[in-house]
Amino acid sequence: MSDTGIGKSVKRTEDIRFITGTGRYTDDINRPGQVWAVFVRSPHAHAKIRNIDIRRASAAPGVVGVFTGKDVGADKIGNLICGWMIHSKDGSPMKAGVHSVLATERVRYVGDHVVVVIAESKNQARDAAELVEVDYEPLPAVVRLADAQTRGQPQLHDEAPNNTVYQWHLGDKAAVDAAFASAAHRTKLEFVNNRLVPNAIEPRAAVAEYDTGTGSYTLYTTSQNPHVTRLVMSAFIGIAPENKLRVIAPDVGGGFGSKIFIYAEEVVCTWAARKVGRPVKWVSDRNESFLADAHGRDHLTIAEAAMDAEGKVLALHVRTKANLGAYLSTFSSAVPTYLYAPLLSGQYDIPAIYCEVDAVYTNTTPVDAYRGAGRPEAAFVIERLVEVAAREMGIDPAEFRMRNFIRKFPHQTPVLFAYDAGNYPACMKLALENADYSGFAARKQASAAKGKLRGIGLSAYIEACGIAPSQAIGQLGAGVGGWESAEIRVNVTGTVEVLTGSHAHGQGHETTFAQVVSERLGIPIEQVTVIHGDTDKVQMGMGTYGSRSGPVGASAIYRAIDKVIVKATKVAARCMEVPDDGVEFADGIFSARGTNRTMKFGEVALQAYVAHKFNPAEIEPGLKESAFFDPPNFTFPSGVHIAEVEIDPETGKTRIERWSAVDDFGNLINPMIVEGQVHGGVAQGVGQAMLENTVYDDNGQLLTASFMDYCLPRASDLPSLNVGMTNTPCPSNPLGVKGCGEAGAIAAPAALINAITNAIGHEDIDMPATPFAVWRAAQQHEKQAAE
Amino acid sequence: MAAVSLTVNGKTVGAEIEPRTLLSALLRDHLNLTGTHIGCDTSQCGACVVHVNGKAVKSCTRLALSCEGAKVTTIEGVGRPGNLHPMQQAFQDNHALQCGFCTPGMIMSALDIVRRKGTRLDEATIRKELEGNLCRCTGYHNIVRAVAAGAQAMGDSKLQAAE
Repeated sequence: MSDTGIGKSVKRTEDIRFITGTGRYTDDINRPGQVWAVFVRSPHAHAKIRNIDIRRASAAPGVVGVFTGKDVGADKIGNLICGWMIHSKDGSPMKAGVHSVLATERVRYVGDHVVVVIAESKNQARDAAELVEVDYEPLPAVVRLADAQTRGQPQLHDEAPNNTVYQWHLGDKAAVDAAFASAAHRTKLEFVNNRLVPNAIEPRAAVAEYDTGTGSYTLYTTSQNPHVTRLVMSAFIGIAPENKLRVIAPDVGGGFGSKIFIYAEEVVCTWAARKVGRPVKWVSDRNESFLADAHGRDHLTIAEAAMDAEGKVLALHVRTKANLGAYLSTFSSAVPTYLYAPLLSGQYDIPAIYCEVDAVYTNTTPVDAYRGAGRPEAAFVIERLVEVAAREMGIDPAEFRMRNFIRKFPHQTPVLFAYDAGNYPACMKLALENADYSGFAARKQASAAKGKLRGIGLSAYIEACGIAPSQAIGQLGAGVGGWESAEIRVNVTGTVEVLTGSHAHGQGHETTFAQVVSERLGIPIEQVTVIHGDTDKVQMGMGTYGSRSGPVGASAIYRAIDKVIVKATKVAARCMEVPDDGVEFADGIFSARGTNRTMKFGEVALQAYVAHKFNPAEIEPGLKESAFFDPPNFTFPSGVHIAEVEIDPETGKTRIERWSAVDDFGNLINPMIVEGQVHGGVAQGVGQAMLENTVYDDNGQLLTASFMDYCLPRASDLPSLNVGMTNTPCPSNPLGVKGCGEAGAIAAPAALINAITNAIGHEDIDMPATPFAVWRAAQQHEKQAAE
Repeated sequence: MAAVSLTVNGKTVGAEIEPRTLLSALLRDHLNLTGTHIGCDTSQCGACVVHVNGKAVKSCTRLALSCEGAKVTTIEGVGRPGNLHPMQQAFQDNHALQCGFCTPGMIMSALDIVRRKGTRLDEATIRKELEGNLCRCTGYHNIVRAVAAGAQAMGDSKLQAAE
């Protein structure tokens, strides 16, 4: 056992550079001769472009280039793509409108990219951008999701009649209808799942350069998956072949999904670097982030559950409209379909589920994956439904859930997924204990005595992460595989470099992945370096999204280590002059069985490279192995979060008094880091439920486009969190781990809204439950009570 | 263009800058001190916090020319790898950072809280005083613990020095 091995809360090695200000983010990178790009964006939600006059801008001080969509088109640069094909229920493919990197004829949201201005300094580029004259003919806009498909509304794309991208469904409608006909009780709810702006604190940025000598490009970019960026920019957009395009995602300051996607700005900067013959740098300001980073969520849902007399859920019927904004962002189509409806079974044994989803265009910023991506929306539906069903039927909500929990694994749900492992009652019991659930009634009374409303709410979420296997997701329309790659390079003296296709932007892979190596090879983590985020170093990878880096990325490392050990064992056997099967390896020591001969890992590495003791016809010199791991299934983390709130009915101020989370992520590589992921996820879930409101006016202007207007959670908005764990190993990967990155954001909104509705005594409140919304809902309750 | 001269992390530095240059831009673009980060346009996020004459300032909201003759400390001047300040150490020990982008500003604000409120800080005080710093990764749970622990360690080391 290594002190820095699996299961230890090892302090993060990457922290040293971040706490001393020596991290290297994209905006910290400057190239010799660099010029600055600023984008001219549409001020209209919907307009025709009549004319673009760049003459004044081109003549402004310091300007080296002003380019429009025509210039980009002349160089045969392609359009942005959506990488997951969804088919409607009638079998027709989704209706994707053209998404240009610079709009030429029409703009479709405020912030749409129209012109790039490149100048010697950022200020000069900004000044010149003001001089670009775009003659717009404003068109009526459709802004609200509920209106998008209404007859007579403005149409965004000729390809998509009624602004409808697809009308998709999943499940057995006849079985659901039959179950509803025989139900003893039905619970029906309507939900708004509010649009969110991801807001990683590091704004997006790109630095691109072109080497005329080699004809190759280098792009530094704030990406969660540089290899996918390279693939899309090469194969679909046509910037350069893959071997002539190097993409580097250095330190990245948070992503939460928003940095998965391939955006116009990085494409245009890379193209322009060759055009102007200078490195081109672009850094988003926060206002641009609000306008142009893909948003998250934005669903309207009507959902109904059918129960028998004992509160056993018989069936669910869910009807959702999903707003995808003005264009299809890179993975947007998958979010309200395969990342949503298959999660609707929750932790429950539900015989029949039917879900219909209409995805629509509106004149708003494109919507794509944001922390949880479809799964928070599903968890909110099922966890609000069971909570309200329990309340209506007079059954304790915890007991109601216990009655419906899946208890046998593997479990095939009626919506695609086969859950591989779990222990839902154990999680629930521990969470109730940690929350002192039985003491709640007394605390509620104490609050009431002070004139306060107290509420408790549960959320027993399920997640599916590590999208896989590739064969299966290919059949569902995915344009990419679900595997991850790893390469283990053992150096001559036994230190190790791990090259991974995963990307860390806060997750701490440089520590956790090194822990896996430390554990398996019996060497301290100081001897292990994790390398990621550079397409010239790591051959290929799928990057980090959907909580996949532990179950898929670290598992690939595990598999590559298997191969290293096999080869090193052979080398050790030759050195110690015993048969291959006469050598054991444990804790970094190779031992020749039945002798007192041993070799340390480092000694074997040296022998592998000097190659003095074996025949190269039998064993190749060197010690370097790689693996691609394609899991047989998703992993299914689960957990129970219990929120307890106290509301001041006079002000609507909601205080979170307790937060008790118990999560099951299987085996843990680094418990400290896993808990940190839960904290951050819960904070974002609390933000969605109570604070974060994305407001467009009727003309499609984003009213909440700064931190002055959009309420990102601050330290004083959040409580300390009580995070517990149960550990049911995942059978679908060699480490037995499950993803943990999104869990908190999935669990939290329903827990909080269940607590708030429990406090105010009725279900009529939408997210975000701001003080005003809570005050109004609480007043309504008092009025009803008085009547 | 205008000349500015000031002391940054103990060194006297000068630069020829446009009058509209912000302190954050002077530090990052002219002095290559990239530990000070820019996270917003509206003085809300606090990633750019530095100390000017001993007090926390959002450097994205301060004209560099207004710092003529001032003493500026950035994260690079607080402690270095191998010689960390107790507050930096507390951030690592308590896993108070994930992506690290807000961290320099958090540490600079934490030091200012200690200056104003002392080394014994309770949770409510820390949460209130961190109002000007946004973190999207950690949910603040571990930042609050780190600020308390770092403050305590600063108090302890002062005590030791006094003895």
